[in-house]
Amino acid sequence: MIQVIAFYLFAFMVIASGAFTILARNPVHSVLWLILAFFNAAGLMVLCGAEFIAMLLVIVYVGAVAVLFLFVVMMLDIDFAELRAGFMKNAPLGFVLAIVLLMELLLGVGAYKAGALKLGTASGAAATPAGVSNIEAIGALLYTRYLFLFEAAGVILLVAMIGAIVLTHRQRTGVRGQDIAKQIARKPSEATRNVKPGVGEGVQL
Amino acid sequence: MDWGHVLRLIAPEQVLSLAGLALLLVAAWGGDKASRLITWAAVAMLAVSAVLVVPALCSGAEGADTLLFYGQLRVDAFAAYAKLLIYAAAGASLLVAPAFFDQAKAMRAEYPVLVLFATLGMGIMVSATDLISLYIGLEMNSLAAYVLAAFLRTDERSAEAGLKYFVLGALASGILLFGMSLVYGFAGTTSFDGIHAATTSGMNAGMIVAVTFVLAGLAFKISAVPFHMWTPDVYEGAPTPVTLFFASAPKVAAMALTMRVALDAFGAQVHVWQQIVIFAALASIIVGALGAIGQSNIKRLLAYSSINNVGFILIGLAAATPAGAAAMLTYLAIYVAMTVAGFVAVLMLKDENGDPVEAIADLAGLSRERRVLALCIAAVMFSLAGIPPLFGFWGKFVVFQAAVQAGLIPLAAIGIAASVIGAFYYLKVVKVMYFDEPVGKAWGKSDWVHQALLLIATLAISPLGYLATKCLASYADKAAAALFHLV
Repeated sequence: MIQVIAFYLFAFMVIASGAFTILARNPVHSVLWLILAFFNAAGLMVLCGAEFIAMLLVIVYVGAVAVLFLFVVMMLDIDFAELRAGFMKNAPLGFVLAIVLLMELLLGVGAYKAGALKLGTASGAAATPAGVSNIEAIGALLYTRYLFLFEAAGVILLVAMIGAIVLTHRQRTGVRGQDIAKQIARKPSEATRNVKPGVGEGVQL
Repeated sequence: MDWGHVLRLIAPEQVLSLAGLALLLVAAWGGDKASRLITWAAVAMLAVSAVLVVPALCSGAEGADTLLFYGQLRVDAFAAYAKLLIYAAAGASLLVAPAFFDQAKAMRAEYPVLVLFATLGMGIMVSATDLISLYIGLEMNSLAAYVLAAFLRTDERSAEAGLKYFVLGALASGILLFGMSLVYGFAGTTSFDGIHAATTSGMNAGMIVAVTFVLAGLAFKISAVPFHMWTPDVYEGAPTPVTLFFASAPKVAAMALTMRVALDAFGAQVHVWQQIVIFAALASIIVGALGAIGQSNIKRLLAYSSINNVGFILIGLAAATPAGAAAMLTYLAIYVAMTVAGFVAVLMLKDENGDPVEAIADLAGLSRERRVLALCIAAVMFSLAGIPPLFGFWGKFVVFQAAVQAGLIPLAAIGIAASVIGAFYYLKVVKVMYFDEPVGKAWGKSDWVHQALLLIATLAISPLGYLATKCLASYADKAAAALFHLV
């Protein structure tokens, strides 16, 4: 019973936050709704027993992708009034797309009614070992059988990082950065001097 | 799995990756001042890896002992042969870099590190016997290559080359991945042996589509027609040492990869891909030759020449015999020597300010000002054209011989006829250098490293190269035998 309640709770929240994602007027709110949708989808995945995908959703989609979206949305100065101005112009295309999607939905439902696809279950080497959670199973494969490729994929990420830095990093001139070491190393003798201004002569700086 | 055995077999990869990481740290602390030191260290590490690779080639390693990580990698004589060529080409592109980038005031310590990682990726490519390791090796090489193409980031052409290479490379990777996913879907496995076993009784229509997509993706990487359009732009825009690298090492790696995929994974159904390869070979030869005629920039000319050469190499693949594979490997070795010689010569074409000269028309009168350089360029051009006393002829000869032995006589005949078109533009360069009125250009001095490399590469493609044919043929035969020895 509690599973069913949990399922309907998560499912309702996914759909509701999905709807708010496209209905929210403020794009920052949209992204926040999207994050909520991801969290609830992760809950659904846990219910299915796919805890690895649930974690991926939270870590990768919420932690990286959605936060990146948020940054982009906040940094870009998007004029939404102007974006909406193009609505009527693109409306016919939108309608065509909507009809295509509707057709697909109808087709999908019809096909489902006619009998779902028999996908079968994984067998042989592809089967999940019994009595092991799928995180454990994936981990065991990743660090034994696919160890070399796992390490190589790490090198690819490193190359991507080096590449991004090589292509974008430059020494800026004319900016006044803070050099803490230099600040701390300052001595009073370099920074101050003792002067004795004469009367009526003013001060020389 | 015996880890000592495994670690011994992947020693070259370990040396390269650890060297890359260590040199990255040196680069982080030493800054761009240390780039010359890092370059030499990287070359030394490539030499060490090459030494580690040699035993596998000499002993003709093959069979089950060479399979690693549950059949994901095969470190056999074939991989060793390709790796030696790749290391040599990567070493050459490292050696010529400091002098070039110093002139442009753009030498950065990351250049050798990126080349090392690209070389590591190519090493994985040539020993891949699994679709996953194939893709990971390919991407490691490609990602480093995209950055290298845009290395002179203040130069508009270099940035354009990088962007173009990235977009088209990503598209090619997508096509390749799509094909690979179809192969996995129809064969039920990603290992080459498994795919071979699954297709022995024949291929269904879906599998044929999959093979086509995989070959199309690989054709992008070896720049075979009709997927060659990025080559001239990228080769022209990229900094010349990087162009040298692109034209040599990744070509060898992608070609070796294509050989493994075609002859090992899809080797049970040769007739399925043979037509595709024959078409790509002839189209590359003809488009490469015709496209080069109108070029006025020597780097673009060499780009078309490399497309043309890829066509000749693919003729060996179309034969689908051990002799054909051995001929391809022989051709690849000669091709690397010709490419290195050609691009080092281009690097040495500088005016008195040290700025590069790339227009072919400006070469007029070079024979009087720089006698040796002109002679070397002439040797490269004659060799690329396949004119007999030079070594380039030998490569074409063995490839055509293999095609004729495999009964592909029309293919060989058309190939030979088309190579005559190619001779036209190669000889045009020689004519401009030797017979045109000098334009009165002053030529600048070259670095001694460039001179030494040019001399070595030119000697290799000179008639002296024929002394090595026996040795080269025996190694190529061993490598090809390992490729065909499936267990």
